[in-house]
Amino acid sequence: MQHGKYRFIAGFLAAPLALYALFVVWPFVQSIYYSFTDWTGLSPDFSLVGLDNYARLWDDDVFWASLRHSLLFALLLPVLTIGLALFFAFMINVGGRPRRGAAVSGVRGSSFYKIAYFFPQVLSIAIVALLFQFAYNPESGAINSGLRAVGLGGVQPLWLGDPDLALWCVMAVLVWSTVGFFVVLFSAGMASIPRDFYEAALLDGAGRITTFFRITLPLLRDTIQSGWVYMGILALGAESFAVVQIMTTGPGGPDYSTTVLVLYVYQSAFRDGAAAYATTIGVALLVVTLAFAAAVMRLGRRERLEY
Amino acid sequence: MGSTPGHPNGGGIGRRDLIKRSAALGLAALPAAGFLSACASGGGAGGSKVEKGEVTKTNPLGVNGTAALEVVIFDGGFGQQYAIDAERKYNAAFPGAPKVTHKATQKIQSELQPRFNGGTPPDLIDNSGAEQMDMGVLVGKKQLADLTPLLDAPSIDDPGRKVRDTLRPGIVEMGRFDGAPVRVLYYAYTVYGVWYSRTALDRLDARYPETWDEMLALCEKAKKQGVAGWTYAGKHPYYLPFSLYPFIAKIGGREVLESIDNLEPNAWKHPAVKAAFEAYDELQRKGYVLKGTPGLDHIQSQTAWTKGRALFIPNGSWVENEAAGTMPEDFDLAVAAPSGLDASDRMPFGTLWASGGEPFIVPAKARNVEGGMEQLRIMLGEESSRNFTRQVKSLTAFDGGTDGIELTPGLESGLAALEKAGENVVNPRLPDWYVKLQKEQIGVAGLGEMMAGRLTPAEAVGRIQGFADRAAQDPSVRKYRHR
Repeated sequence: MQHGKYRFIAGFLAAPLALYALFVVWPFVQSIYYSFTDWTGLSPDFSLVGLDNYARLWDDDVFWASLRHSLLFALLLPVLTIGLALFFAFMINVGGRPRRGAAVSGVRGSSFYKIAYFFPQVLSIAIVALLFQFAYNPESGAINSGLRAVGLGGVQPLWLGDPDLALWCVMAVLVWSTVGFFVVLFSAGMASIPRDFYEAALLDGAGRITTFFRITLPLLRDTIQSGWVYMGILALGAESFAVVQIMTTGPGGPDYSTTVLVLYVYQSAFRDGAAAYATTIGVALLVVTLAFAAAVMRLGRRERLEY
Repeated sequence: MGSTPGHPNGGGIGRRDLIKRSAALGLAALPAAGFLSACASGGGAGGSKVEKGEVTKTNPLGVNGTAALEVVIFDGGFGQQYAIDAERKYNAAFPGAPKVTHKATQKIQSELQPRFNGGTPPDLIDNSGAEQMDMGVLVGKKQLADLTPLLDAPSIDDPGRKVRDTLRPGIVEMGRFDGAPVRVLYYAYTVYGVWYSRTALDRLDARYPETWDEMLALCEKAKKQGVAGWTYAGKHPYYLPFSLYPFIAKIGGREVLESIDNLEPNAWKHPAVKAAFEAYDELQRKGYVLKGTPGLDHIQSQTAWTKGRALFIPNGSWVENEAAGTMPEDFDLAVAAPSGLDASDRMPFGTLWASGGEPFIVPAKARNVEGGMEQLRIMLGEESSRNFTRQVKSLTAFDGGTDGIELTPGLESGLAALEKAGENVVNPRLPDWYVKLQKEQIGVAGLGEMMAGRLTPAEAVGRIQGFADRAAQDPSVRKYRHR
């Protein structure tokens, strides 16, 4: 009956594996194959062209600019977002001054902040991008109007129209719209850290900064790591595409200052009728994403703490 | 659970073993999955054609009177009602055919690309909007039917006239991509130029300047009253050519634009191009462009303009519909041809960019090619054309259709501008032939940077020439030429 056991287990595994192969593995294989063709995406006929697309990629300044920006997103966005989210979550949950009745508590009004921070999460990224586009309007937008109102009429940046600022404007929107999610995620993580640890630390005379680095951070490590991967995917993928596509000059500009890999894939496939070249850029993006995931996993490898 | 004690090696399966085996299973499943998945570029066999109907006087294209017809309309600035109205006429003409399948979408490419790949496209498509399918590529891949039979068929109003003789100048020529066949029929007719409010000019006691010196003087006058001379869609700087290209033609003759379209070496190095660039740069340097313009999108710049913060904006005739929401009652919209540079200009004042918009295509692999063309023939009739103009305030490719309806100020001024231009209508083809070059490279990276003051005119010219040269040398870009 050993044979029957295999069949039993295989029966369970076959369906999910087949689905995975069909919807995940196979598209990957296909797009890698298309990157060696001259498929336009507008007609079923194409021929194999060898490494032409990759040679073109190598000499394509816009590709390198996109890669640079995507890498910048993947490195900076997680640091900024998770750093801010950790700070907020700590202040909301354990960062308050000791009060009567509870040795460990959040700052005053912490329950309000928790909701306020999460609020952007209920807005779709497209709406967020549109709203910020209005705010960044140099002529009548909220930011420049605000600057004028406080007597800074001389400081009227072009924001999205300035190649030195545009990328940072876009990044700020992504941080704003995602930080709330991580505040909630980390709050939940912190809630599961036993209060005794904090109380013990406080009894030993540890300040807020020390408790954060010695207790909160090490015990949240797993949560932060998964947050990091999630944020990296978001920075390389759909979210960064949406804001760049909706908000920026061109889109992708001014002067290629905000173009990212996903946007370039989209433009090649759906504007230029160069689907094969788009899949080539997609392969490059795949490499970047895998490298990012591998790096995070390697850096984060450690024995699990049980508590 | 599955293992029984009776088995000789009753130890069960190791974890490693299990993983190995399931992986093998996954690998085996892969080719099968490939067989199942509708491979993106597979298909091909697809749609068979409907049988052709009998050619008669009232049915010159030989439409099959019982065949279904499917139409996909871009649901943008012009809406879709005009098409629905025309489809009713089709059904009235062919009572034996099922009701025309009508679909309106803004996502032309996402919805139709798979159908082109699968060989089952609809019969008539309004290939417009941000998700327009690249027509150069479609033509190159032989996906579009030749519309010559339609053009040679008698018009729906007058059996004595061919359809091609009822169209506005340039429409037939524009539809040619690869020699004689006409692949695209541009249904709307757009007047491009410098748009302004007559009321705003009256307030400054001025009239539209015909020379650049007058233009600068007027901008200076406006500046003193806190009004900017110009604004433009800073985030889509490819709106600037709407007045800049005819300006170049006016200075140096239409050959300059044609050599630019043909991607000829050093086409952009022509003195007329530099002169035009320097004139526009001067607007920016002297502070005649509304502050913050490089950060405005098309709607924001139009709103600043309708609010009277700037006098002039380069745009197309759709602006009357698009900006209607913010345009004051007494705005008195008008369009003018670009002001000239000086007396040495090669073309007279009035030289204007006007051309077809809303490109309609009939796919070569459509089931009912004749039906698609017949629907276009109906739309090019006077009644449908007038209906379109009435509904969306835009002209059509049909030369006429403006009698008996009340013209809005913008439409009326557009007609007057066309009349003044007469023969001197230019039709730059870059926007259709080389979309990326026109929008992203010339527009955003060239003109946009120059008008933001980050490139000098000479640098902008050099940069744009570089982009054009690269496109000319790129074997993956299909080339077109004026003939």
